[in-house]
Amino acid sequence: MDIVIGLEVHIQLQTNTKLFCGCSTNYRDSKPNKHTCPICLGLPGSLPKLNQKALEYGIKAGLALDCNIADSMQFHRKNYFYPDLPKGFQISQYDSPLATEGTVELSNGKKIEIRRIHLEEDPGRLEHPAGKKQSYVDYNRSGVPLLEIVTEPDMSSPQEARDFLRKIREIMEYLKIFDGGLEGSLRCDANISIEGGGRAEVKNISSYKGAEKALNYEITRQKNLMRRGKEVKRETRHFNEEQGITKPSREKEEEHDYRYFPEPDLPRVTISKEKIKEIEESLPELPDEKRDRFQKEYGLSQDQAESLTTSLFLADFYEEIACQIDPELTATWVADTLKGELSYRGINLKESNIEKEDLLFILRYLKEDEITEKGAIKVMRSTLDENKKPEKIIEEENLRSISLDEISEIAKRVIKENPEAIEDYRQGKEKAVNYLVGQVMKETNGRADPGETNKLIQKQLEEID
Amino acid sequence: MGFISDKEITEEDVKHIANLAKIDLDEVEIKKFKKQFNDILDYFNKIDEAETEGVEPTYHGLNLKNVTREDEVKDELSQKEALENANESEDGFFKSPRVKE
Amino acid sequence: MNAKEIVNEIKRGEKTAAGFLFECKNKIEKKEEEINAFISLDLERSIEKAKEIDKKIKEGKDVGKLAGLPIAVKDSITTSNFKTTCGSKMLEGYHPPYDSTVVSKIKEEDGIVIGKANCDEFCMGSSTETSYFGSTRNPVDEERVPGGSSGGSAASVKYGANPLALGSDTGGSVRCPASFCGVYGLKPTYGQVSRYGLIAYASSLDQIGPIANSIEGISLLFNVISGSNDMDSTKVEEERGGSQIELSLNDLNIGIPKEFYGEGVDEEVEEKVKENLDQLRDKGAKLKEISIPSMEYALSAYYIVAMSEASSNLARFDGIRYGFKQKMNDNWEKVFSQVRKTGFGEEVRRRIMLGTYALSTGYYEKYYEKALKVRTLLKRDFEKAFKEVDFIITPTMPFRAFEIDEKIEDPLSLYMADILTVPVNMAGLPSLSVPCETNGLPIGLQIIGDSFEEDRIIELARKIKEE
Repeated sequence: MDIVIGLEVHIQLQTNTKLFCGCSTNYRDSKPNKHTCPICLGLPGSLPKLNQKALEYGIKAGLALDCNIADSMQFHRKNYFYPDLPKGFQISQYDSPLATEGTVELSNGKKIEIRRIHLEEDPGRLEHPAGKKQSYVDYNRSGVPLLEIVTEPDMSSPQEARDFLRKIREIMEYLKIFDGGLEGSLRCDANISIEGGGRAEVKNISSYKGAEKALNYEITRQKNLMRRGKEVKRETRHFNEEQGITKPSREKEEEHDYRYFPEPDLPRVTISKEKIKEIEESLPELPDEKRDRFQKEYGLSQDQAESLTTSLFLADFYEEIACQIDPELTATWVADTLKGELSYRGINLKESNIEKEDLLFILRYLKEDEITEKGAIKVMRSTLDENKKPEKIIEEENLRSISLDEISEIAKRVIKENPEAIEDYRQGKEKAVNYLVGQVMKETNGRADPGETNKLIQKQLEEID
Repeated sequence: MGFISDKEITEEDVKHIANLAKIDLDEVEIKKFKKQFNDILDYFNKIDEAETEGVEPTYHGLNLKNVTREDEVKDELSQKEALENANESEDGFFKSPRVKE
Repeated sequence: MNAKEIVNEIKRGEKTAAGFLFECKNKIEKKEEEINAFISLDLERSIEKAKEIDKKIKEGKDVGKLAGLPIAVKDSITTSNFKTTCGSKMLEGYHPPYDSTVVSKIKEEDGIVIGKANCDEFCMGSSTETSYFGSTRNPVDEERVPGGSSGGSAASVKYGANPLALGSDTGGSVRCPASFCGVYGLKPTYGQVSRYGLIAYASSLDQIGPIANSIEGISLLFNVISGSNDMDSTKVEEERGGSQIELSLNDLNIGIPKEFYGEGVDEEVEEKVKENLDQLRDKGAKLKEISIPSMEYALSAYYIVAMSEASSNLARFDGIRYGFKQKMNDNWEKVFSQVRKTGFGEEVRRRIMLGTYALSTGYYEKYYEKALKVRTLLKRDFEKAFKEVDFIITPTMPFRAFEIDEKIEDPLSLYMADILTVPVNMAGLPSLSVPCETNGLPIGLQIIGDSFEEDRIIELARKIKEE
């Protein structure tokens, strides 16, 4: 049975101010209704004025997704009532959007067509405190610029949908117009149908993991209905992220009549070829391009290159170190070791204590045999957990590798102090060597190279004969 | 979809419009508005006769273009000013009638 | 004395601003109770303000162009010092936290906003009878309406509460009351005056304009309010020249559009306007009959556009953030519907619902879009006309002020009263209503000019008034 999925993705643009007024978009760290003005509160008499930056960001996104940028676009009013919508309409775009006809390539090589991209304003935020008779409204979010990206129904599995969202996030972050790490900065609605059934529109998906979950749930639900010979109705459903299920939306679709009409308070926006060219030339390297270049330039495997380009921050982190020291060694340490340690701690690189200079320092010591691999990992962990500089950790925990001469001295002493071990060795018990190596490691606090120590001890034991 | 210019507005239509416009109506008003709407629309239908083949609609009062502003924070209200006219407020929030999740 | 002369006397110290305000206060105390031109008034604060300005003048400090002039502002225009109701129960007690651009400009020029003038609810009417705060009476004949929707503004000027007032004009709301009350009222070109702070009725048609008892007053206030702003995306940026225009009647062609005369226009009104036209001809102007063929669709198209935009503009009134307060114990849809039933008057509800219908699926093309195509036709008609003539002159209203309660029960007949003013808004043009009957009930003639030609219109009005 063919599964058909299309997405409408909303991402918040990282402008300083809202789409149509001068209020700060920084609502997450702020008390309710602290970033509002007559415009985003919808006070009578106020008028919108378009944020130049938001327009530019929209064009950037359109170009990065290979869209045609409109030479002229118009805002429309989408009329509906809701307590979080202060004007009783949302300023959005309708038949004259910012960009159309783009593509995004998934990891599996499949191309997903973008139908359109447009700008619109975010509504306010509603809370429903338990035990209260009313809902609470915070209009700080009201008017934050959103970019809506609408795909063709080109995806055929929840995994593809998730991958698509991941790609969008990567690209938008590379453009520095979006921060996917912020809660609620990416939301989407998904249309999903199975051959022979009606299409469900699932609303209220707020992460790419959520998208996969919601779609998997829908597939099971729709298949179950079909198996029992029941009709899959065309309907709007609401995703509950906590429960991982979708429920029919209480609003009836036929009651919606958004009465779109051109926003009379906002003149048309024309976008010149020169402007498009200017923005196009300023576009940074995008994730796919970077991945290819990393493979070519630094000799990385596809997996490594892929892993190192999932975020611009990570890629920059890697590349800055790689330029100064062995790129392949760096790739292993960043893509495998560091990412593993971070994921164990459930944090991302940006949030962590480790700086580029820290890892560079560790890798330099490792490369020059000043610390052992084990020691390097230890330093990395302490940097992450204790927010100390590697240099200090090596000092404090005495992790610097020690020379063969020193090891030799310690080994001699250890052998001397353990005559029974010599006896065991003579009787052919190989374990005795391991015991002695262990003693040396203990004495050196793990700084001795175990292989070298083993060789040294065997040699010294032979010499005693 | 074609439209029927002679179609009478019914009481159902009035109710549907009132629901879209979120205006509560009682039975008497529904009847009254139905009659008035039909009279008024009957008059408005005169524009059907205007020859507008190939004519573009004029959406805006003035043909301006590209009016934008810089992305600079300014003119925010204080929380107190924002909430001053609220029906009810609590803890910095506006209260609204209950919206079920 | 006209507003300009008063300001000059105040600036020269021949008259004090406070003294003039007391004169106005006396008239208000005598007439206001009967006329009901104001929804809010604050004479005490105004007198304080006037004294401050007098002090500045005494100290030799610079004062603005409107120094000490009392001004009434229509209650559709947002003010931070006064509650702003737009004539509606929906906004009873609403205290805006900001000033509209025009009010800021008046304040910058030391004008004194003494109060908020009554108007039809949300500017929807031509008689000021739909105001929740009661009808305003026409100072010329108190049994009659002052016109609308800026009825309070025109009435206040007429009875001498203030020499200047601001109104707003969506389909004639400045010119109609100017005509009915016998004062001047200018509707500027769309985009000439910032709408920021004007409670929107129909965004693509609304424009704020001055009302005054003299041409000088119109010119003075218009120059102040039409300056630059950065809040309205539909306002032109160019600064106006403000220089004196030279106009010679001998070079002028005046257009007389046949559709604006005859059927539906009161004979006496037509006669009076024609009398004025004859005088202009006698002074050297050439009169030319022209045609605005799309005129027959103008009223319908206007009302469809205005109601459609209004249905959206008035969607923000839900009783949460401001305005009419209702207990919020039911679900949100029920509460909203109750708020909007109780807070809006009947005419407002009628227009919101008709506008909602005109924008709804299946009717958008038939009504809204079609009406906007008719607007294009009207614009073209006027463009063509202005290739042949310099100005167009018509009656402002088809009749004189009617009696209170005469038309209010029949919405359609009230809509018809706007027939001669709405084409101007549809085409975005400037026009000025000039009083042209000095005996009995006033009559206004309307001078329509090409876009941004307000100064020339004002100059022509001067010529008409020159003996």
